[in-house]
Amino acid sequence: MTMIFGVPLAVFMGQLMLGLINGAFYALLSLGLAVIFGLLKIVNFAHGAQYMLGAFAALLGLQYLGLNYWMALLLVPLVVGGLGMLIERYLLRRIAHLDHLYGLLLTFGLALIFEGSLINFFGVSGSSYPTPAALQGGLNLGFMFLPTYRAWVLVAALVVCLGTWFIIERTRLGAYLRAGTENSALMQAFGVNVPLLITLTYGFGVALAAFAGVLAAPLYPVSPTMGSSLLIVVFAVVVIGGMGSILGAILTGLAMGLIEGLTKVYYPEAANTVIFLVMILVLLLRPAGLFGKEA
Amino acid sequence: MTFSKKTLASSIALAAATLMASGAQAQMSNDEVRIGYLADMSGTYRDLAGPGGLEALMMAVEDFGGTVNGVPIEVFSADDRNSADVGANTVRGWMDQENVDLVAGMVASSVSIAVTKLLDGTDTLAIISGSAASSITNEHCTPNHIHYVYDTYPLANGTAKAVVEQGGDTWFMLTADYAFGHALESDVTKVVEENGGEVVGTIRHPFPTNDFSSYILQAQGSGADIIGLANAGSDTVNAITTASQFGVVQAGQQLAGLLIFLNDVHALGLEKTQGLLLTTGWYWDMDDESREWAQRYYERTERMPTMVQAGIYSSTMNYLEAVEAADTDNAAAVRAQMADGPINDFFARNGRIREDGRMVHDMYLAEVKSPEESTGEWDLYNIQATIPAEEAYRPLSESQCDLVNN
Repeated sequence: MTMIFGVPLAVFMGQLMLGLINGAFYALLSLGLAVIFGLLKIVNFAHGAQYMLGAFAALLGLQYLGLNYWMALLLVPLVVGGLGMLIERYLLRRIAHLDHLYGLLLTFGLALIFEGSLINFFGVSGSSYPTPAALQGGLNLGFMFLPTYRAWVLVAALVVCLGTWFIIERTRLGAYLRAGTENSALMQAFGVNVPLLITLTYGFGVALAAFAGVLAAPLYPVSPTMGSSLLIVVFAVVVIGGMGSILGAILTGLAMGLIEGLTKVYYPEAANTVIFLVMILVLLLRPAGLFGKEA
Repeated sequence: MTFSKKTLASSIALAAATLMASGAQAQMSNDEVRIGYLADMSGTYRDLAGPGGLEALMMAVEDFGGTVNGVPIEVFSADDRNSADVGANTVRGWMDQENVDLVAGMVASSVSIAVTKLLDGTDTLAIISGSAASSITNEHCTPNHIHYVYDTYPLANGTAKAVVEQGGDTWFMLTADYAFGHALESDVTKVVEENGGEVVGTIRHPFPTNDFSSYILQAQGSGADIIGLANAGSDTVNAITTASQFGVVQAGQQLAGLLIFLNDVHALGLEKTQGLLLTTGWYWDMDDESREWAQRYYERTERMPTMVQAGIYSSTMNYLEAVEAADTDNAAAVRAQMADGPINDFFARNGRIREDGRMVHDMYLAEVKSPEESTGEWDLYNIQATIPAEEAYRPLSESQCDLVNN
């Protein structure tokens, strides 16, 4: 059997595949953060909680309304994104003129409130969300058994990531957005409703988090704390990629998934730390991040 | 952190110090019995003890009548967030400012070891109900603590032995990378090897871990018969969920969950856990006495109690009875009183507290029911066998505890 640094090739390939899937997940979450930060300069610490709300909404929708997975995938991001828009309109807008730290504190506080209230009702053990019937079972790739659902996660996450990148970087709407945040007075003079644009952008970023939450629901136990552990990693990904860089967030997410995956094979004790080591290195060598523009 | 609003006047503290110094007239320090409940109230171990454990403790205090020999019982609590630093600092504060007499609860083993080091030689007693590491009454024993509900030794002895006897010879261990996981891993390895099996590989994963897919894939690649889960709480839940997605059982491997609580099985559902063997110190549906207490608990919390929550009630009750009998809340005197005589109640059968601080009692080998067998939301286990108290725990002849004369 071919060995790579003492690990059989098949196992190695399997780990790369899993790393890629986790990476796609990181990419999806950090993309939402990057959109919100890059365009609105809001450090959205509620992103993990909004991801968790997405998963919870899917679970409760299934239990109480009989909402199936595919409907949840469509509706939950709209509902949670709508909640995001309310947060932007009635809370974040009031402090938009203040230092970014205030936005960070506000969203962090909201995250704690969402998390704490749900812990109070549901505990932390969480509940499981059934894998949709069409995506049960697995594919035998020769080197590994890949559950169909994980393959779907990879595809769905990549499609949404690239779609988002395309909208923001390559369409007229995206150009308005970028211009509106660059010089909002000028854009308003041209008759563009910039405050509405900002509310919609925040809502879109939150909807991305909720979409990731629905994708995650069949994979991990749906529990109120599922977002907080992920949030820190996702922030590290955004910092490594360069705050606000959309393509940077996507590529870094994938790369960090792979690096973490390999660490889990060669030195599992460091699996939770390795991304932060990379972050420190990047901050030392390229403080603006791998894809960030130097100020 | 919730403390009683009554802060203590320094004069009372002084009086307490004088009483302690004089020894003979010990009685109740500061005319109150003060119990601090320390546990993970918000993180991965919340549901096995947490607020439910505090409720059990309050229940015991209420059932006891709220006073001991005329002095009131005060209860306060704090969240240790599974951090040894936070736990130790909280208890240091309780000793300095709250004159705490008993520290109860305690879940993460690392927290318990840090706290008991702090209590060693003081006038405060700790009764540990949630922690698993058997080292707590082995190399880390102190005269100031009792380990009440279970530990890693019977978990390994019960589950691992039963699994090896059923033909699971080769094991791959997934171990939580901290004190508890290491203790469980070493206890399991010993039992597996003694019974003719072999541990072919081990992964120590960070605590807590969200995504187990990589570790499960490596365990599949090892070709071992059994994947042993030397972890707990959400780690175990995540590992079992992932294993079911990757078709581990269909591919011919079996999982052995070494520390599974009732709330874990409840959260995972019977579909994913049916047939799982586990060792438990107590189950709510064991007999009339346990059902009756569990029903009272259920009415207050709308959840069935875990063995830890039941153990918190039982240990608090026994503590208060000992305080009453000894007419003092002095740690050494109460511990001696508690160890004097057997413990038999709805929780403990054939229980006694040994000189190393271990409360040994009958343990049970249980199998998780199939969805068809189960008749209700909390009807989850079949008790298969009783492991007698004297066989379940590490024998004193193997003890490394300084309090044991070997």
